[in-house]
Amino acid sequence: MANIFEIRNLCGWFGDHQVLKNIRMEIAKFSVTSVMGPSGCGKSTFIRCLNRMHDLTPGFRMSGEILLDDVNIASDRVDPVNLRRRVGMVFQQPNPFPRMSVFENVAVGLKLNGKKMSRGELADAVERSLNMAALWNEVRDHLDRPGISLSGGQQQRLCIARALAVEPEVLLMDEPCSALDPVSTAKIEELIEDLSEKYTIVVVTHNMQQAARISDNVAFFLLGELIEMDKSGKIFTNPSDKRTEEYITGRFG
Amino acid sequence: MEKHTSEHYAEQLTDIRGRVLRMGGLVEQMTRRVIQSLVQRNAELLPEVQSMETQVNQLHIEIDEACLELIALRQPTASDLRFVAAAMKINTDMERIGDQAINILECAESLLTVPPLKPLIDIPRMADISQDMLKDALDAFVNGDDDLAYRTILRDDDVDQLKDQVFRELLTYMMGDPSTIPRAMDLILVSRHLERIADHATNICEDVIFMVKGKDVRHHGPLS
Repeated sequence: MANIFEIRNLCGWFGDHQVLKNIRMEIAKFSVTSVMGPSGCGKSTFIRCLNRMHDLTPGFRMSGEILLDDVNIASDRVDPVNLRRRVGMVFQQPNPFPRMSVFENVAVGLKLNGKKMSRGELADAVERSLNMAALWNEVRDHLDRPGISLSGGQQQRLCIARALAVEPEVLLMDEPCSALDPVSTAKIEELIEDLSEKYTIVVVTHNMQQAARISDNVAFFLLGELIEMDKSGKIFTNPSDKRTEEYITGRFG
Repeated sequence: MEKHTSEHYAEQLTDIRGRVLRMGGLVEQMTRRVIQSLVQRNAELLPEVQSMETQVNQLHIEIDEACLELIALRQPTASDLRFVAAAMKINTDMERIGDQAINILECAESLLTVPPLKPLIDIPRMADISQDMLKDALDAFVNGDDDLAYRTILRDDDVDQLKDQVFRELLTYMMGDPSTIPRAMDLILVSRHLERIADHATNICEDVIFMVKGKDVRHHGPLS
């Protein structure tokens, strides 16, 4: 499968502190890639580079290239708003818009996109997104309730539906299940596997079993460096680098 | 390698390693004793072998239980996962070695009630090599020594050759004098069981190589 992302010599700094060091990585289209590593290893910083979430972080700068379908999105000439339409994001804490209904939470991205849509078209798009996020059957009868009235797991799927509504190509997920119970986690994991037929997914996770369950490839970060990236089966049975081995077997400082 | 962050986890792994070793020591002793009793024509050693088998069977169950529990509770990965997988497979091979020792014991029981057919030469040699292989296989397991495992696998051919030699020799006895057939058959069976023990030692070595290197060397023909 062709690569959707090709990352070359990506470096990142917060002020003087270098947090990403010469990252080179290729991410195949329609694959699920998990990024793992101890706290402070740069994994969240890394995925936030992929849709330029750092643009407004004071003191952050980066160098190197992030090619999305051969276009360097790290360049100032790329509009970050357009980029984020193609590369959506789901965060650790479910964050539905508090004053909006379930329906509005999903529709808001479409409205902001400025697409002219009839009420029927909008309703169809919302239903489609909620369906893809495996939430439709649970909320179809109360779309007008506030988004925050849903359970944590439902809120997270609502956020996924919101991200999917604008039809992105890539979905970035930063610890999407760490605030959820095992049943909601299982639903999100199932969803990630289903979504990978149509989307490329990059997940940051601390949960190694989760990385093993859902991902095609696993990247291991340590102190801002990409130590190793390989197929999940390889990483969890026989990793090439001793540092990966020590981390995943729990022999770490 | 650094120590485990969780000491309990490390203890559980050490406990499994310890039980595998204990079981290995027992089956090693079983084969040694049973061959000794055959060569020295001393049936008194046999009951001890019988009682060791009970302990072996107990450990067989305990090791599988401990491994399954570790998989369920700790979700081992990488070298730990390969260690647990190897321990479970080695467990099966060791139990089979214990069974083979009991099979030899049954042959010995009937052989010791009749006059010897011939002085035993090749069978003790086979036993020596098989026992050495088993000992080296277990040493390789404990020390994670894949070199030793490789070298041990190569010795399996010597045992196979000796088995053929034993068979050819006993065949001439049987052709010459049919009254020797029951004793010769028992000795052929003994050599067959020893050859199987060497095969199990070979399996253990293959598992050790997988455990250390993550490389599957089974069914690859003669090792280069």
